[in-house]
Amino acid sequence: MSDYAVETNMSKGSFGEEYLSLGRNKLVEMFRTMVLIRRFEEMAAKMYSMQKIGGFLHLYIGQEAVAVGSVAAIRDDDYMITAYRDHGHAIARGTDPKLLMAELFGKYTGTSKGKGGSMHFFDASRNMLGGHAIVGGQIPLGTGIAFKIKYRREDKVCLTYMGDAAVNQGTFHESLNLAALWKLPVVYIVENNLYGMGTAVDRASAVTELYKRGCSYGIEGMVADGMNVFSVYDAIKEAAKKARELSLPTLLEIRTYRFRGHSMSDPDSIYRTKQEVEEEKQRDPIEQMKKFLLEEKIATQKEIDDIDAEVKKVVAEAVEFAENSSEPPLESMYDDIYVS
Amino acid sequence: MAIKIQMPKLSDTMSEGRIIKWLKKEGEKVGPGDVIAEVETDKANMDMEAYDEGTLLKIVAKEGDRVPIGGLIAVLGEAGEDASAILNDAASTPKKDSTRETITEPVEARQSSVGNVYSAAAPTVPTPAPSQPAATKDNGRLKASPLAKRLAQERGIDIGEVKGSGTSGRIVRRDVEGFSPVVSSSAAKYTDVPLSMMREAIAKRLAQSNIEAPHFFLTAEVKMENAIAFRESLNQFDEKNKISYNDIIVKACAAALKEHPQVNATFLGDKIRMFSNVHIGIAVAIDDGLITPVLRDADKKGLRQISQEAKELAVQARDRKLKPEEYSGSTFTVSNLGMYDVDDFTAIINPPEAAILAVGSIVEKPVAENGELKIGKRMRITLSSDHRVIDGALAARFMQTLKKVLENPAALAL
Amino acid sequence: MPEITYREALNQALAEEMERDDSVFIVGEEVAQYQGAYKVTQGLLQKFGPERVIDAPISESGFTGLGVGAAMVGLRPIVEVMTFNFSLVAFDQIINNAAKMRHMSGGQLKVPMVIRGPNGSAHQLAATHSQSLESFYSHVPGLKVVMPGTPKDAKGLLKSAIRDDNPVIFMESEVIYGMKGEVPEGEYTIPIGKTDVKRQGKDVTIVAYARMLGVALNAAEILAKDGIQAEIVDPMTIRPLDDEPILESVKKTNRCVVITEAWPFAGVGSEIAFRVSSKAFDYLDAPVELVSSEDVPMPYSKTLEHNVLPTPEKIVNAAMRVLYNSKDPGKSED
Repeated sequence: MSDYAVETNMSKGSFGEEYLSLGRNKLVEMFRTMVLIRRFEEMAAKMYSMQKIGGFLHLYIGQEAVAVGSVAAIRDDDYMITAYRDHGHAIARGTDPKLLMAELFGKYTGTSKGKGGSMHFFDASRNMLGGHAIVGGQIPLGTGIAFKIKYRREDKVCLTYMGDAAVNQGTFHESLNLAALWKLPVVYIVENNLYGMGTAVDRASAVTELYKRGCSYGIEGMVADGMNVFSVYDAIKEAAKKARELSLPTLLEIRTYRFRGHSMSDPDSIYRTKQEVEEEKQRDPIEQMKKFLLEEKIATQKEIDDIDAEVKKVVAEAVEFAENSSEPPLESMYDDIYVS
Repeated sequence: MAIKIQMPKLSDTMSEGRIIKWLKKEGEKVGPGDVIAEVETDKANMDMEAYDEGTLLKIVAKEGDRVPIGGLIAVLGEAGEDASAILNDAASTPKKDSTRETITEPVEARQSSVGNVYSAAAPTVPTPAPSQPAATKDNGRLKASPLAKRLAQERGIDIGEVKGSGTSGRIVRRDVEGFSPVVSSSAAKYTDVPLSMMREAIAKRLAQSNIEAPHFFLTAEVKMENAIAFRESLNQFDEKNKISYNDIIVKACAAALKEHPQVNATFLGDKIRMFSNVHIGIAVAIDDGLITPVLRDADKKGLRQISQEAKELAVQARDRKLKPEEYSGSTFTVSNLGMYDVDDFTAIINPPEAAILAVGSIVEKPVAENGELKIGKRMRITLSSDHRVIDGALAARFMQTLKKVLENPAALAL
Repeated sequence: MPEITYREALNQALAEEMERDDSVFIVGEEVAQYQGAYKVTQGLLQKFGPERVIDAPISESGFTGLGVGAAMVGLRPIVEVMTFNFSLVAFDQIINNAAKMRHMSGGQLKVPMVIRGPNGSAHQLAATHSQSLESFYSHVPGLKVVMPGTPKDAKGLLKSAIRDDNPVIFMESEVIYGMKGEVPEGEYTIPIGKTDVKRQGKDVTIVAYARMLGVALNAAEILAKDGIQAEIVDPMTIRPLDDEPILESVKKTNRCVVITEAWPFAGVGSEIAFRVSSKAFDYLDAPVELVSSEDVPMPYSKTLEHNVLPTPEKIVNAAMRVLYNSKDPGKSED
């Protein structure tokens, strides 16, 4: 269709021996982080049902490999910015689940002192710059962060995540044009989970191969398998390298699937079948990773079970921490609106 | 726990009190019994004591404010404690707006006895002012700018008399500043003196007495030669503590009342109450009013004691230091204007009593005695009686007794 | 003091601050090669190069958002909108991102940026290009809104805005870019959030800002011929509004007329009038008057346009009404 659009890792789709070079520690850590995100999200759903969490809650269950694979492929001082389905990104980046759960609880100990909530996770100390809740609103921000990298001639990259529906927003197109025009080191990551809320991609986008949407800006499009953490890892590695060395943007479509509804109040049976969800669950990124670790004898079943138990404990402690934290004092209401 | 300090009931008849002076400041510690403020009631200026221990957190009623009994005047609590709950609560508590009801504060009015002087036609008749401010009234609402209202208040101008020149007849600053009351040929100069609380109480209570109690009057002339000699002989013993004619009259009244208990009574609507005690009120004129301190159980006290107590009470009254129990509960009142060279007069009954004695001067006059004309010393006394309690004959018998005692006062020394 | 234009004053502020701090850059349409649509950025490209003076495509949402992102990570962008009318397509970036970033991140991030350009009407630009949008931005906690009305204020306030760690909406006016005024030589700044009394008077307080300051000063001259001394108070910063000097003035004059080029409904003028009514109630001898643009989209016709905008005559009439000298009772509040 275009010179710019390429499909890279989709053909691999495997868990090949070449990934053993990442080393046992990193592989186990990636697996553990995916499990941590899964358990954290399951607990968040439970806490939501117990009314400990309010507002909107968009779970990352099913998409864990995207955040974990992409974070594993960049450096600690690189930047990342995402939309409102942001729990996985913050956890993958290493933010303490205690602080995140406290934020979900609206407590003063939360990452944003109870002012952000689920859709606005920030951890500036880890260059995780949000958590943005207007669809497409964060895309110019990520572009601006990349602008700063270039302005300061830094050896960094900015991962700018978005959902599949954001590609139809004007900010997407304006940003891609600016990034291409000014050659900015940004990787635009479209987490294509096939539905923008209840609207399937083919009902929203004239061109459903979203990685091709960069064509008109001369931005190379790539696609990766979001249920395979290594596919994500490889694609980000390549895009980040291009950003660092050539200061060029990339549009990366990562095909993934959310196992839960759009938000907690989403009766997803309206727009997708149970059968479809069950089929996608066969490709569960965590199960695939687990199988790989066992088959390649990187970890034993006992070690896998221990990880699960340890992660459950971390999540339980996060809930306990959030529960025991205090509400924001009323005096804090006017804090952090202006820098004084 | 913050505590409300409310306007206490400091007199039997008070319905509200005015804060004259705060003796404690916000933030000061107070203990039970400490005097924290002076309060003017309808009768007297009273010391107001704290009942609890704590820090005065907030003064709600300012000096000059009038507050009904039970109204919040201050908040007591622990230092630094938040008084806002009580204060918010108090927002619904009635508190008279001193600024709306009076033009100047009575404390000031007493000090400067003359208020602002204006002239206007026929002040006693509420005629429409020549400068009819009808245009400023909209369904009874007076239209005036906030500034104009404030200025009028500060200058003691009745804003209803001011003609508005602003939009739709609104009274504005220049109207108040340029306000000069219309002077006509029949104009009488006058001074408006705002009512003190005492004046207000006198006006209310005596008007009520005059309306509700059907008064009738009996006058008698008393031969005073014996009384004069009696007093002189008594006063020989003690030059410093002279017994006054009034002391003798009080004692005589006590004796007469003892004999005619139906006069020592009160009307209660469905019954008449006759008192066993004889408590005599003595009308004392003070600045801007009068008050009747009570000489309790006058029938059981000797003249010397009566005299001493009466003197103390009069001093207390003039200093406005009377305590409520010292000016309430009288069963009969004596009002003596003899020192002003008044021959005789009628007094309004001091409610809820049934009678009052008005006493005139002792005068020398020609009298016929045993067919012989000579110069005698006479005093005229007038009894005002409440006809609901006392009939003419009873009043006359009482006067007979009184006259007899006064004409033979030596019996009083018994 | 040298006399320079409002435009030159802004240009000096930009150049001085870019010289002072290399994290400051300018992005916007026609700011570089073209030397600025209104020549405010004249010469900056030559002085600071294309990496710091950047021509943007017509993508206000894109480059405004880019500015927010750059500010989040330490730069100090100056985003020039050719006029504030075009900022409307970047509204989400300004309101949801710039204004709320610090709050939503619990104080982790700040957005030190300036969004500047001309606001309000010019000459016969009709409905979409003749809007005073300060009320929109002033409504939002997290933004500062600055609207200078003289060259001196423009320079001193723009320098403060660039140094401010918060997003500042800096609204200029096309009509007064050529206005001349004395500007101090050498380095100076004027603090954001300080109201200034531009003319002393005892009879009536007239609050006016930005382009309307000049209109109000003209009205004051007319009033002076009638012996009426108007006090002209210029907030200069709309948010945060320093209302104390306004209230002090009203306490002195007892009457207040508020001038705004914006529409009357739910506007900055209403806010100022509300504060005066609320905080100086007992000092008012007349209801506060508001002289705003008429409540219509701006028509193209020169005659209509002139009559939509506040004029010295309208201001004089309003002053006469609050002084109860009006021969025009038609617009009383009753």
